[in-house]
Amino acid sequence: METVVKRLGMWACVLMASIAAIALTPDSGFAIHAGIVGLVAVILIFATATSYDPMARAQSIFRMPPGPSRYDDDVIRWGVIATMFWGIAGLLVGVVIAAQLAFPQLNLEPYLNFGRLRPLHTSAVIFAFGGNALLATSFYVVQRTCRTTLALPGTARFVFWGYQLFIVLAATGYLLGITQSKEYAEPEWYVDLWLTVVWLSYAAVFIGTILNRREPHIYVANWFYLAFIITIAMLHVVNNLAIPVSFLGAKSYSAFSGVQDALTQWWYGHNAVGFFLTAGFLAMMYYFVPKQAGRPVYSYRLSIIHFWSLIFLYIWAGPHHLHYTALPDWAQTLGMVFSVMLWMPSWGGMINGLMTLNGAWDKVRTDPIIRMMVLALAFYGMSTFEGPVLSIKAVNSLSHYTDWTIGHVHSGALGWNGMITFACVYYLAPRLWNRERLYSLRMINWHFWLATLGIVFYASSMWVAGITQGLMWREYGADGYLVNSFVDTVAALHPMYILRVVGGLMYLTGALIMAFNIWMTVLGKQRVEAPMGETAHDDAADRPLPPITAAQPAQ
Amino acid sequence: MTTNKIPASAGGRIDETTGTETVGHEWDGIEELNTPLPRWWLYTFYATILFAIGYMVLYPAWPLLDRATAGTLGWTSRGDLAAQMRAADAARAGTVAKIAATPIEALPADPQLMQTAVAGGAAAFKVNCVQCHGAGAAGSPGYPNLNDDDWIWGGTLTEIEYTLTHGIRWDAAAETRSNFMPPFAGSFDAAQQSALAAHVLSLSGKAKASAAGAQMFADNCAACHGAGGEGLPAMGGPALNDAIWLYGGTAADVKAQILKPRHGVMPAWQGRLDPVTIKMLAAYVHARGGGQDPAPAAPATPETEAAKVAAK
Repeated sequence: METVVKRLGMWACVLMASIAAIALTPDSGFAIHAGIVGLVAVILIFATATSYDPMARAQSIFRMPPGPSRYDDDVIRWGVIATMFWGIAGLLVGVVIAAQLAFPQLNLEPYLNFGRLRPLHTSAVIFAFGGNALLATSFYVVQRTCRTTLALPGTARFVFWGYQLFIVLAATGYLLGITQSKEYAEPEWYVDLWLTVVWLSYAAVFIGTILNRREPHIYVANWFYLAFIITIAMLHVVNNLAIPVSFLGAKSYSAFSGVQDALTQWWYGHNAVGFFLTAGFLAMMYYFVPKQAGRPVYSYRLSIIHFWSLIFLYIWAGPHHLHYTALPDWAQTLGMVFSVMLWMPSWGGMINGLMTLNGAWDKVRTDPIIRMMVLALAFYGMSTFEGPVLSIKAVNSLSHYTDWTIGHVHSGALGWNGMITFACVYYLAPRLWNRERLYSLRMINWHFWLATLGIVFYASSMWVAGITQGLMWREYGADGYLVNSFVDTVAALHPMYILRVVGGLMYLTGALIMAFNIWMTVLGKQRVEAPMGETAHDDAADRPLPPITAAQPAQ
Repeated sequence: MTTNKIPASAGGRIDETTGTETVGHEWDGIEELNTPLPRWWLYTFYATILFAIGYMVLYPAWPLLDRATAGTLGWTSRGDLAAQMRAADAARAGTVAKIAATPIEALPADPQLMQTAVAGGAAAFKVNCVQCHGAGAAGSPGYPNLNDDDWIWGGTLTEIEYTLTHGIRWDAAAETRSNFMPPFAGSFDAAQQSALAAHVLSLSGKAKASAAGAQMFADNCAACHGAGGEGLPAMGGPALNDAIWLYGGTAADVKAQILKPRHGVMPAWQGRLDPVTIKMLAAYVHARGGGQDPAPAAPATPETEAAKVAAK
């Protein structure tokens, strides 16, 4: 009873604070955000008051864990659903902004223009889709490889819901025009503070679970998850150091200025790629690929060497985003050479993933989930080779500021992050909801081919667009004057922009098929379909013919 | 490197498919093989490290207390840019000096120099002018089309150069081109407004003329726009008889411009662009198709024409 009263009091305080903030702020966007926080407090007051039942306190609306004999999987189930939801939302916004670039009339002012939708797309796919996938899989993997339940189950539930609140605040903020204008770190100071609390709680749950482990050693996937969680905490806090103009307004100013601000931003931005989209997703790969293939990991030694070299080298590579800018030459040099040295450490993960299939290569033919994993690793390898190439200054002088960068990012994001996440969700869904199998394996095939073709359309159109753009920008005539105006280059790219929309639509369609498949699996249905990949085999006919000579003497 | 001897403590087994031993741990059914690092992987990694070391010796790399190591090549990005700009300037130095020394009205006499000037002007136009006049110089509502032969302030090379240099209604330039059409709101009743607008449109055959309109035009407009609406470039009075409209050609547009005229502004480029670039821009704009020859007062015209013909 006392705890219920305390909780009600705490939520009521949050509600009062948000009402006060709405009343006092002159900033309409900030007021809407305070309103969202207040709404959450109201829901929690209602939930706490109605669910008060001393007999079933353990199974409150937040579904406390089933006990020490079973893994604590509720948060993971929510995480899988959230991954699918935000994935579809993020991909849809991506298709919309791709269409806006091809047809500017589609910009709907002021809330749905490109400038506001673009961060909505990037944050939705990276932090909402990717982030929920990482939350869900990390909780799944850490329990199973440590053979223990989640430490701090209450905090784990807070991490999930707190992270969703962060996403909602960030996304609505972009549409309302609230941004601190730092790429991939657009949310303003109060949302950043909230994420810091959520993230440190996440670290506490994860590290606590590792400390409670019943296995003598920490599995490699958990090293990668740990590197991801710790480094993201550091990057997030440092890059978002800022001073608010007022505690009752959204606006803040960065603690850094000029080129220092730019360098801090790209130290953050590049390592968001390195630790969020690479280390975190390699952790997923290190658990789900050997599980799905049923094979041992290819090389323990390689996993140690590539882990530590990746962690050490990645953190220095950020300056390659600032080639040929006001950033001092020495910093550009270091950014470039660390990126080049990063090539093999990145490929270590690809080798370990692909070579784990030694002895299970036949499954590429028969198992669509394995096929997705192989494609993900292939795209991972390709984009981690392309990255060092693009970081070389001579190449960068052509590629920088062009759509080549966009193509590079998407071959990594759609090919690697997207496909490995899809594969993991396909793996997880039947196990989490205790189903015999997925609703349909053949639908995974459709998803696979739509997504693959979509990526090919997307990446190749952006390569052509980027190189065209770079060459047109630098084209000089015989008299020594520039040949093209900027708008000439924009006009030249129009067909490529349309192809990109086509590619994005195919990728989105694949994801919709997946959402349907997962949803039907959750509902417990099974599609009646021919099993996949079974080549006809007649054991009785699988015999050599009797010797001919033995038959002849009978005549 | 790979051996079949397994330390007893590791408790590994030999994986049958690959013949490699496992490390001996197992997590949720996942084992790890003890495969050595692939040699090609390791040597490529070493090669990238060697490349990095070599690159850091050659180029600026390590930060010290008050500066960074300079690199043995002595390369800097600023120095590189300056060298490239010097090379480009040197390549153009001859023609630039020649254009600087040639008065603009004499440019057409040297077709090759004129061609160079037009090329340079095209490049400068793409950077400085397309924002208002459009990539093809076709203008947009409120911003004149530069491809036609309708010139508000005159279309000879000299006049275009003057407009570029001093701007139009650009207060910061002392010699800027400036005029002011008075607003007629309140001066006419609705019927008079319509009659006048109709008369203006009738000058280009787009409406029926009327005596009342003609009279009002003669009283109020002809002084600046000419009796037949042919315009007065010396004062910047636009021609009204050519069906080319800066602010729209419907009766409502014309009426709006009579009642509450808009006055476009063009910046003066003197001080922002060097005189040679301005000259090249004037040559480019003149060459778009509608450029006018100097008034027949200049006796040298036949020779220039002859030179042009010869050049073709």
